[in-house]
Amino acid sequence: VPPTERKRFYQNVSISQGEGGFEINLDHRKLKTPQAKLFTVPSEALAIAVATEWDSQQDTIKFYTMHLTTLCNTSLDNPTQRSKDQLIRAAVKFLDTDTICYRVEEPETLVELQKNEWDPVIEWAEKRYGMEIGSSTSIMGPSIPTQTREVLTSHLSSYNMWALQGIEFVVAQLKSMLLTLGLIDLRLTVEQAVLLSRLEEEYQIQKWGNIEWAHDYELQELRARTAAGTLFVHLCSESSTVKHKLLQE
Amino acid sequence: MAALGSPARTLRGLLRELRYLNAATGRPYRDTAAYRYLVKAFRAHRVTSEKLCRAQHELHFQAATYLCLLSSIRQHVALHQEFHGKGERSVEESAGLVGLQLPRQPGGKGWEP
Repeated sequence: VPPTERKRFYQNVSISQGEGGFEINLDHRKLKTPQAKLFTVPSEALAIAVATEWDSQQDTIKFYTMHLTTLCNTSLDNPTQRSKDQLIRAAVKFLDTDTICYRVEEPETLVELQKNEWDPVIEWAEKRYGMEIGSSTSIMGPSIPTQTREVLTSHLSSYNMWALQGIEFVVAQLKSMLLTLGLIDLRLTVEQAVLLSRLEEEYQIQKWGNIEWAHDYELQELRARTAAGTLFVHLCSESSTVKHKLLQE
Repeated sequence: MAALGSPARTLRGLLRELRYLNAATGRPYRDTAAYRYLVKAFRAHRVTSEKLCRAQHELHFQAATYLCLLSSIRQHVALHQEFHGKGERSVEESAGLVGLQLPRQPGGKGWEP
């Protein structure tokens, strides 16, 4: 298990442009990935954000706060050795167990809350992508039509590997493909998406009270991770054809 | 579209977070690449017409997302250091966390009536 913190061993952080993209320099050494590959990213904004992560570490490097660096490392090393198809399949599979499609039958107030907050997101996604989703109170979840899967698969295949790694990361944080789509399409802010993902927890907090060292701790961590993943997807898919298509709409 | 508030407010928030980050390293935040990049990007996308511009909205969305990232990490680290970073707590401290107090024995430990 790698250590969670280590001493800051460098003074200056800078960015340089190499053949494969933007690189990070810690003093005069180039930053490498855990698998000892050269750390290089496709976007200048992403490189600056990563450099800021390294430069803002005080005496110790807190790896658990450096989400963008982690996401870049995952994309560069691809430690699970997955192909694009596998990444897409994993993301689409999440639709079967999407948080906002699972509904409770009681208590009445929570039923109402889920309906009011989650239904608009489902309706938006159905309209935006021309697919059928629906919701269910059954333990088996809603039955997603094959056509919906196909639509989503073909939409996701227009993203590059980096963006897909980011999408899968956000889906896993929010436990929801639909909320993730809302973030990619600028429909929801990170704060909104996180609130919707934690809707039942927020309901229970309202009822029973908030505990700072558990609820707030998890909330801030989830927000940080979701924001990192969302930003990563946006910065990594900037020059792809997807954006141009969206711009024309 | 997601409601983001005013871009100026988002930029102010980002600069505040950069100040927090650079307070640690002791260097002026205006010297950082992040500061230069953000100010340049916000200037470039400042348009005069009221027309809804997708590129402008997209930049603002990314900026708001970055602001959320920086402030959430700052608050997460603060909570981590206060509650999780110091190893095991004493029995008294653990009880205090949930608003309880250990029973006090009037005659000290092992006191019998």
